Amino acid sequence: MSGILGKKIGMTSLFDDNGEAVPCTVIEAGPCYVTQVKTSAKDGYDAVQLGFDEKRERLINKPLKGHLAKAGAKALRLLREFRSFNGQALKPGDEVKVDIFSQGDAVDVTGRSKGRGFQGVVKRHHFRGVGMITHGQSDRVRAPGSIGSSSYPSRVFKGMRMAGRMGFEQVTVKNLRVVRVIPESNILIVRGSVPGAINGYLEINKHS
Amino acid sequence: MDKIKLVEATQLKEGIPAFKSGDTVNVHVKVREGDKERIQEFQGIVISRRGSGVNATFTVRKISDGVGVERIFPLHSPRLAQIVLVKEGRVRRAKLYYVRKLAAKAVTQKTTA
Repeated sequence: MSGILGKKIGMTSLFDDNGEAVPCTVIEAGPCYVTQVKTSAKDGYDAVQLGFDEKRERLINKPLKGHLAKAGAKALRLLREFRSFNGQALKPGDEVKVDIFSQGDAVDVTGRSKGRGFQGVVKRHHFRGVGMITHGQSDRVRAPGSIGSSSYPSRVFKGMRMAGRMGFEQVTVKNLRVVRVIPESNILIVRGSVPGAINGYLEINKHS
Repeated sequence: MDKIKLVEATQLKEGIPAFKSGDTVNVHVKVREGDKERIQEFQGIVISRRGSGVNATFTVRKISDGVGVERIFPLHSPRLAQIVLVKEGRVRRAKLYYVRKLAAKAVTQKTTA
């Protein structure tokens, strides 16, 4: 059990061993640096904090600088905790690279989906609209329909699905297959698509 | 994008003849039957080429027993043993979808220099 941080580079298709074209996402994964190790004795739970993506030294504030200095790490853009490194003796300053994965592994990839802005109910919740396009109807095609009963309960239930902001939320895609790992260039290729835009940050965990 | 190119580069085939729309090609396709592998040939006119890198494909059209047959091949597919350029054609557009509506004779006229 282990994980890594990465960045979505883009999609392409590659040929597998049978000559079949497979849709793939190319991820730049790691190198990550262990910036903190949390233990149940001290912090109440076990976790490893990884940092990814170097940035210029002057772009980090002093508190973060101090935190990173403890691990001897450079200025990093992204810090995330992983609770899946159980039993592995990692210490601050250690490097985690893509070679923790190998071809054929199953991984879960977490990212932030593309923001879609304010969207109607058809796009956001897969409603089907109301009624027909023809037969004199003019304005109900993508409408939500009824949102509840009348005098009882005299209110709209909490959680009623309506139009609103869509996307830009955390999404995890589970059980993606690792198609290829190229450790020299820190590249991880998985089958299928992955949440978020190009250059979006991703958290990659071994599938449990 | 260069990282994607880097990944794709490992899958690109070399020695693919330069052919274009209107050319007649003979495509040698590897066909697996049980655990035997043999080569099947598919000869016809290239009516379209599209895509770039590993995603490039081309469409070959032929008339088989009076029925028009089109196959789309990924250019860099490992299942293609060989692509042989049989005859060069001279056409004035990149996508020859209009040949689907033409009689065989008209197709020959349209694609010969």
